[in-house]
Amino acid sequence: MTKQPAAVIGIGQTHHRAKREDVSMAGLCREAIDRALEDAGMTLDDIDAIVVGKAPDLFEGVMMPELFLAESLGAAGKPLLRVHTAGSVGGSTSIVAASLVQSGVHRKVLTVAYEKQSESNAMWALSVPVPFSMPVHAGAGGYFAPHVRSYIRRSGAPEHIGAIVAAKDRTNALKNPYAHLRNPDTTVESVLASQVLWDPIRYDETCPSSDGACAMVIVDEATAASSPNPAWVHGTVMRSEATSAAERDQVNPQASRDAAAYLWKQAGITDPRREIDAAEIYVPFSWFEPMWLESLGFAESGEGWKLTESGATAMDGEIPVNSSGGVLSSNPIGASGMLRFAEAALQVRGLAGEHQIDGARRTLGHAYGGGSQFFAMWVVGSDKPSH
Amino acid sequence: MRDVAVVGFAQRQMEEFDGSPTCVELLVPLFAECYEQTGWTRQDIGFWCSGSSDYLAGRSFSFVQAVDAIGVMPPVNESHVEMDLAWAMYEAWVKIQTGEVDTALVYAFGKSSAGQLRRTLALQLDPYTMTPLWPDTVSLAGLQARAGIDAGAWDERAMAEVAQRSLTDAEDNEHALRRGGSSVEELLARPMYADPLRKHDCAPVTDGAAAIVLAAGDRAREVRERPAWITGIAHSIDPMSMGTRDLTRAPSAQRAAVAAGTAGVEVAELHAPFSHQELVLRRELGLGDDVRVNPSGGALVGNPLFSAGGIRVGEAARRIWDGTASRTLGHATSGPALQQNLVCVMDASTNGGSR
Amino acid sequence: MSRTLSAPVTVAFDYTRSTGPVLGRFFGGLRDGRLLAATLSDGSVVLPPPEYDPVTHRPVTDLVEVSPVGTVTSWTWVPEPVDGQPFDQPFAFVLVRFDGTTAPMLHALDVASPDEVRTGMRVRVRWAQERTGHLTDIAGVEPLAPGEAEGAFSPGDTEVDPVTGIVTPVSVDYVYAASPEESSFYRALADGRIVGQRCPECGKVYVPPRSACPADGTPTAEEVELSDTGTVTTFCVVNVPFLGQKITPPYVSAYVLLDGADIAFLHLILDIPAEEVRMGMRVKAVWKPREEWGTTIENISHFAPTGEPDADYDTYKHHL
Repeated sequence: MTKQPAAVIGIGQTHHRAKREDVSMAGLCREAIDRALEDAGMTLDDIDAIVVGKAPDLFEGVMMPELFLAESLGAAGKPLLRVHTAGSVGGSTSIVAASLVQSGVHRKVLTVAYEKQSESNAMWALSVPVPFSMPVHAGAGGYFAPHVRSYIRRSGAPEHIGAIVAAKDRTNALKNPYAHLRNPDTTVESVLASQVLWDPIRYDETCPSSDGACAMVIVDEATAASSPNPAWVHGTVMRSEATSAAERDQVNPQASRDAAAYLWKQAGITDPRREIDAAEIYVPFSWFEPMWLESLGFAESGEGWKLTESGATAMDGEIPVNSSGGVLSSNPIGASGMLRFAEAALQVRGLAGEHQIDGARRTLGHAYGGGSQFFAMWVVGSDKPSH
Repeated sequence: MRDVAVVGFAQRQMEEFDGSPTCVELLVPLFAECYEQTGWTRQDIGFWCSGSSDYLAGRSFSFVQAVDAIGVMPPVNESHVEMDLAWAMYEAWVKIQTGEVDTALVYAFGKSSAGQLRRTLALQLDPYTMTPLWPDTVSLAGLQARAGIDAGAWDERAMAEVAQRSLTDAEDNEHALRRGGSSVEELLARPMYADPLRKHDCAPVTDGAAAIVLAAGDRAREVRERPAWITGIAHSIDPMSMGTRDLTRAPSAQRAAVAAGTAGVEVAELHAPFSHQELVLRRELGLGDDVRVNPSGGALVGNPLFSAGGIRVGEAARRIWDGTASRTLGHATSGPALQQNLVCVMDASTNGGSR
Repeated sequence: MSRTLSAPVTVAFDYTRSTGPVLGRFFGGLRDGRLLAATLSDGSVVLPPPEYDPVTHRPVTDLVEVSPVGTVTSWTWVPEPVDGQPFDQPFAFVLVRFDGTTAPMLHALDVASPDEVRTGMRVRVRWAQERTGHLTDIAGVEPLAPGEAEGAFSPGDTEVDPVTGIVTPVSVDYVYAASPEESSFYRALADGRIVGQRCPECGKVYVPPRSACPADGTPTAEEVELSDTGTVTTFCVVNVPFLGQKITPPYVSAYVLLDGADIAFLHLILDIPAEEVRMGMRVKAVWKPREEWGTTIENISHFAPTGEPDADYDTYKHHL
C-alpha cells in the first residue's frame, strides 16, 4: 500500500519579534492561520482537522494550551492533535498533518505551530534545577557549545566558519519581511567581534528568542488540483535516539544519518547536493550548518565547513541553505521547525519573494530537537511525485 | 483503510509510584510484557508514539528520557503527543494507514502524585480568564454535576449507582486502586466532599503507565487468534468555556461516536473520571441499557493521567481477545468537563461483521 | 527506607501575557470597575468576551457593558481550597449569568457554608480594593442581602483604555524523585564513592546508572566503583548570566569521562583559568569537606587538573 499524495497549498507566518505585545496567544496563531487560509483560498469551515505543535508548556505556563485555544483556532467541533517532540516539533507536526492526508483519513488539514517566548524566559524554562544533580546546565547554548567544540576538533574547521554562517543568514533575513532579526551590515568580522557567550559560541552566532507562529494547509490530490502552485510532499521522516548513551556520536548522530538516508531514498534522490535546489536546515547555532551538511550527505564527513566556506550555501551558491534567514534570524521555538518546512514549500511554489531561489523545484525542510536526538525532515517538490 | 488491530496491552496503576517522573522504570517491564504477548522484539516495532505532560512531571522535555526504555540503538521512528495514550495510539493508527509501517507500540506515563494534581490541572485552563482563579479539577466537575442535577439530567442516586457498579466490578481488576462495592444507600449516606460530589464520585489520584501494540493485517493475525480490529476511531474537541457549553452534554463525544460507529457494541470502557460523566457519555455515545459499561471498574477505581484513556481501549480490546465480547468500545477524554473525546470501536471481525 | 531519594522542587515564574485587543478591553473594563461582554454574531452576549466569534471565526469587536449583578446557574463547594484560589477558607465556585449576558461566567462566591448557596440565587461582584486590570480585580461575588435593592443598571459607554499585558504568577510545587538506580548512585556519593553500573547487554558502564540502558532498554545492574579521576572530553565556558542560575559565570561546564566509565557526565572545572581548559585534560574530583556531604553530586565541589599529560585524542574521540 502506498501513501496518498499530499500537497501544501497554503502557508502563513507571523511577523516574528522578540515580543509581540500586540497579540494574545490566540491572536498570534490566528495571524499565521489566516494568512495560510487566504493563501489556500479557504476558510476555517473548510478544514477537516487541526494539528497543533509547540515546544515545552513551561514556556507559556499553560498545560496543553491547545485546549483553551481550540475555539479561537477554529478547532471546536473537529479533531485536534497536539504534538510535542522538543525543538523538532514544528517539523514533526507538519509530518503528522501530512500523514492525516497521506493515510486518506482527511482531505484538508490545517497545522499550526507557535511559541510566545516573551511570556517567560527560555533559559529559565530549560534549566530548572534537578535535585541531586550538578546545576551546570545553561540553556540550549550551554548544551550545544561542547558539541560544537567537538565538531571543530574533529573536522579541523577554522574559527571563522561559524561567523560565515551567521553573516550569511542575517543578510538573507533582510530579504524576508517576516524575519525577527534585521541587522544590516552583519559581517564575518562583526560576528567574530561579538561577545563569546558559551565559548566557542558567540553572541551573533546564536538564535534569538522570538514570538511567532507558522501555519500550513495540507490537502489531498483532488483538492490540490485547484491550486496554481501546490508543493507536493515527496518524502517525510522522523527518527529518534537517546539524549545520552555511551559512545553516542553527538556531533553527527546516527538518527540524523539514518533519517537522511531514508528520506533521500523515499524521494528518489541519490545525490542531494545536485538534486536538492535549496535547503532550510535547523541551525540555531551557526556551527550547525556545516555539521548538518555532513550528516545530511551534502558533504563528506569533515568537509561540511569547506562547503560553507566556499560560498556554496549562500543564496547564489550551489546549495543555498536558509535563504529565509533561518533559525538564526527568527526562533519562535515551537514554530521554528515548521518555518523550515514551510519555507522549503514556499521555494518550490515560487512564492518566497525576495529570498526566492530561482528555479527551485525540489527542496529540503529539516528540524532537530532535544540534545540532537529528535529529527524530522521532508522533501517537497513542484512536481507531483512519480513514485 | 487498512485493517489494523490492537494486539498487545499492558498497564500499571498505583497510588504513589516510588520512582522518577520519567517513569522509565515503569516502562521497561511494560514493554517486556508487550514483547511477551506478541512474541516480538523491539526490532519488530515500526513506529513508536508516547503521551505525557511536562506539567505533570514538573519539568520541560519530561518525555525525552522515556525513549531510553525502548533501547534506541539503532534509532527509531518515533513521535510524542502532549495528550493521553489514546491520542498517541491515534497518531500511530494514522501512521499505519499511510502504509509506511505495519506495527506500532504506543505508551504513556505520568506521576500524578508528584504535585497537587487537582491544582496542577488548573494550568490546563484559559490562562487569562480562568487560571488566575486556580479552579481545580474537582470544582469544575462539581459545577458540571450540579448543572445536570438542576437540569434533571441525572441525580445523586444515579451517580451513586455508577460508583457502586464500578467499585463492585473493580473487585475483579488487579490494577484497581479502589474496590469493594457496598450499596447505593450506603454510598449516598457518606458525607459530601465537594458538594454535590462525594469522594467516590471522583477518580483517585493515580500514578501509572500503559502500553498498547497495534498491528496491520497478517502481522496482527500472527499475534492473536482474535485480534481486536479497529473498525472505527475518531476524536473531536469542544470549546473550553464552562459558560457557553451545555455542561450536561458532550457534543465532541457524540461526534466521535457517530464517526466511529458504535452500533452493536456489547462492552464499553468509558473514561469518566467523575461518576456523572459516565452518564453524559452513555447518552452521547448512544449506549443502550444492554451495553456492559466499564467491567474493569473504569476511571473511578484508577485514573493514571495520560494513560487512563488508552487503558480503556486496552481493557475493551482484551474482551475481544478472550472471546467474552465480539464488539467493544474504548473511550478517552481530556480537558475540563469532557472537553475533548476519542472513541475507538473494535470488533472480532475485520469488516465489523459482529455488528 | 524508600528505594528512591526525593526532594521538593518549585517551578515558578511570573508570566507576562500580552492580551491582544479583546481581552485588553475586558481587563481595562475590570480596572475601571465595569464588566464588558462580547456581542456575538448569533446574538449572544458572553462574558468574559471570547477573542473570536465561535460561528464566523472573525475577531470579536463589539463589547457591551453588563450589570455586576447576576444569577447563579451552577455551583460547587470547595472544602479544601488550594493555593492561589480567591479565598483561603472554604467557598463555592459558581457560574454566574450576569444580567444582560446570555451565558454564565466562572468565579468564586464568598459564603461560609454550602447551605448558603443555591442555584438561582442573586449575587453581585465584589470588586478588589486595588484594581490593576486583571481577572482578580473581581475579588469574588457575594450574595445580595435579603430585600437588598438591586438598583437599576444602565450600561455606560464601552470606551476603555485597554490593558496591553497582565502578569500571572504560576508557582507549582512538586516532589522530585530520582530513579532507584540514580538513588543508589547519590547514596554512594554520601559515602564519598562514585558507583556506576554496567549494562548486562552491551557491557557499557553508566555513571550515573540508568533505569534503562538507552542502547538496549535494559536496566543497568552490576555495580562498578569508579575512580574520581578522569578526562575532559569536551566543554564550554559559560559567560552568560540567566534567571535561576546557581553558579556565577564565567564557569567551565565540562563533560568528564571518569576512568572506568563509558559515558561522560557534566561537571564544573575550577582551579585553572577558563581559557586554559583543554579537551583531553586530566582532572580529579575536589570533594567538599566531609561534613558538608549529602546524597548529591554536589559533594564534588568541582574537578581540577591533575597535572598529568593530556589524554591522547584517540582515547576519548568516540565519546564526543
